Amino acid sequence: MKKEKASEEIDRNHLNGYEITGAEALLRCLIAEGVDTIFGYPGGAIMPVYDKLLDYEDKLRHILTRHEQGAAHAAQAYSMVTGKPGVCFATSGPGATNLITGIANAYLDSVPVVFITAQVVSALIGTDAFQETDILGVSMPVTKWNCQVKKSEDIPEMVAKAFYLATTGRPGPVLIDITKDAQQEKISFKYKKCDYLRSYNPHIPLHTRAVESAAIMINHAQKPLILAGHGVLISGAVNELREFAEKTGIPVAATLLGLSSFPSGHRLFAGFLGMHGNYGPNLLTNEADLIIAIGMRFDDRVTGNLKKYAKNARIIHIEIDEAEINKNVLVDLEINNDAKEVLQALIPLVEEKSYQSWIREFRICDKTEYDRVIKSETRPEEGSIRMGEVVRIVSDLTKGDAIIVTDVGQNQMSAARYYKFSEPGSLVTSGGMGTMGFGLPASIGAKIGKPGKQVIAFIGDGGFQMTIQELGTILHYKIPVKIIILNNGFLGMVRQWQDMFFKKRYASTELVNPDFVKVAEGFRIAAKKVIKRADLKSSLERMLAAEGPYLLDIHVEKEGNVLPMIEPGASVSEVTLNYKR
Amino acid sequence: MGKQEFTISIFSENHIGLLNQVTIILTRRQINIESITASESAVKGVHLLTMVVKTTPDMIRKVAKQFEKLVDVLKVFAHTSDEIIYQEIALYKVTTKGLLSGNVIDNIVRTFNARIIEVSPEYMVIEKTGHKAEIADLLAHLEPYGVLQFVRSGRVAITKQVRELSSFLKEMDEANRYKQEEVETLNRN
Repeated sequence: MKKEKASEEIDRNHLNGYEITGAEALLRCLIAEGVDTIFGYPGGAIMPVYDKLLDYEDKLRHILTRHEQGAAHAAQAYSMVTGKPGVCFATSGPGATNLITGIANAYLDSVPVVFITAQVVSALIGTDAFQETDILGVSMPVTKWNCQVKKSEDIPEMVAKAFYLATTGRPGPVLIDITKDAQQEKISFKYKKCDYLRSYNPHIPLHTRAVESAAIMINHAQKPLILAGHGVLISGAVNELREFAEKTGIPVAATLLGLSSFPSGHRLFAGFLGMHGNYGPNLLTNEADLIIAIGMRFDDRVTGNLKKYAKNARIIHIEIDEAEINKNVLVDLEINNDAKEVLQALIPLVEEKSYQSWIREFRICDKTEYDRVIKSETRPEEGSIRMGEVVRIVSDLTKGDAIIVTDVGQNQMSAARYYKFSEPGSLVTSGGMGTMGFGLPASIGAKIGKPGKQVIAFIGDGGFQMTIQELGTILHYKIPVKIIILNNGFLGMVRQWQDMFFKKRYASTELVNPDFVKVAEGFRIAAKKVIKRADLKSSLERMLAAEGPYLLDIHVEKEGNVLPMIEPGASVSEVTLNYKR
Repeated sequence: MGKQEFTISIFSENHIGLLNQVTIILTRRQINIESITASESAVKGVHLLTMVVKTTPDMIRKVAKQFEKLVDVLKVFAHTSDEIIYQEIALYKVTTKGLLSGNVIDNIVRTFNARIIEVSPEYMVIEKTGHKAEIADLLAHLEPYGVLQFVRSGRVAITKQVRELSSFLKEMDEANRYKQEEVETLNRN
């Protein structure tokens, strides 16, 4: 109550033309941009901002993580589930450098996060002052844009620019480095949102001729295949994609970050693409005569050997970032624009069709994959618990209506393969960077962004220990996330590669683990160990029913491999279903 | 595809750190800068960076798009040498004594279309504009007479095409206005 009064007073003061500090100006800019949640960690140089945060607690909720990397991942996950830009604070020097993995992760996966770092007072910049780091130089290759503010009067303009750049075009992280003196100086505050920069034009006029050509190619195709990427989710083109696919009858395969852009249970869903994706969409990429790639960038994990990729197909690439077109794969027709806008223009031009025999080829592949891999992975009758089995049961129990967060490695591939996604944006994972340690802090950001949703994190025993300190954040804010450790006592994916390509020489991949249940209990998080199959389903049910945060340490098959697999250097059509030692 | 010489012209806002962003892209692609010049362009407030690099046509296309993606970059052009008119400038500091014997100096300066811009008892400075090969050729001719110092600039280039940057800038402005109008219409509805 007292706090609300404080900010009302500030409002009044502001109207009367009172001056405010740069720190306060920053917070008012964030409020003007619709921000209500900040993830961060304080320190010397950013203290003026944190001091002012106390006066704005009613409008800006600050989540204190236990490491800046955790704050960065949480802010990214928050953005991925809400569609709003994430905001993350850190101090100068180590605070700022600790963000880098998180910034790079957001950059590779095109997620808008506004990072605010503090800098030593401007007079000390360049002198190797205490906790001084050239964060502009360090973050330049992994941000869409960055800048340094040395005068408080520049704060509003730079914050406005940051939000505009982070959220428009191909989104991405931006960073503003604000010196301590700029946080302290007073200014009279005015804020104007940015909607134009001469050198940056995210709105590309639609090339209607290209759309018409695409329609002709689509209407004449015999074996067309849609590849849906993260861009479909980012541009909000989920309904358009569905309408387009249903009208044309073309099967839809998804990249890792494109999963959940098309319902996994849909009759036209062809599966998950890439190294550990489904058999059908990988194998049949080389059978297709037309590929319609929407909001994706032909990552090497999707294409396998480029020399043998989609050789029978003409390729239409719908992509907002021109630099991605013809970067990895030469395309026949490029439409450099927003996925939603292109699909809206394309839908009226395409014919209603169905490709029964072509779809049947996918179903035959699905059957083969089910018999040779999926059945024993998701419904085993003997032996240790399997990762796929855990994911399958969670998928059944939640009916696809949960937000799935993953770490990186076998846990991630199993979750991506066996969870049946039905809600757009219900998968939060680290794609391009493959950042171990992403899962736990990301689950925090996802739950804070979508408190009404069940948030379930699948994490390996290795990745869990990379950001294990964030259990402290879960304890502190009582964040009811559900954590599933798929514990095989190994760095599983690296071990799988050692098994397959390094003569089974297990160099530094076997782990000596702590008792995760006791660790969780130390953080006052309910936890249970599961070893026997008989306990699995009931334990998962108990976890899902729990009110608060809950951790399950599930001991799975120690040396299980994720299959199918496109071996490094192999073609998508050389996807292997079984691997014999 | 073989490597060839390209002249890249990057028109940008004059913001701190832009050169750094440009070189990061070149470093990641393992491309060496043969020469580089930076200055204000003919359009007030627009900066121009001219670089000469050797790479494949495929790579230059990719790299040019990556430059254009930089927020502060307005427009990027990549040209082969026959699409542009270009010059470099070189200064040669030569001992006066060595050159004064006979009318050597006069001959050299005249044949190479160079000019003398400073003479002192100890040295003289000769200026030459031209292509890299001509500049190197003059250096070879002067060397026997004692070259004390030699400096060469990066390339400056002008395109043979008629369309100018200002027309691209105008286009960008128009595209933006179109967007503004659209937003306004949306807001009204």
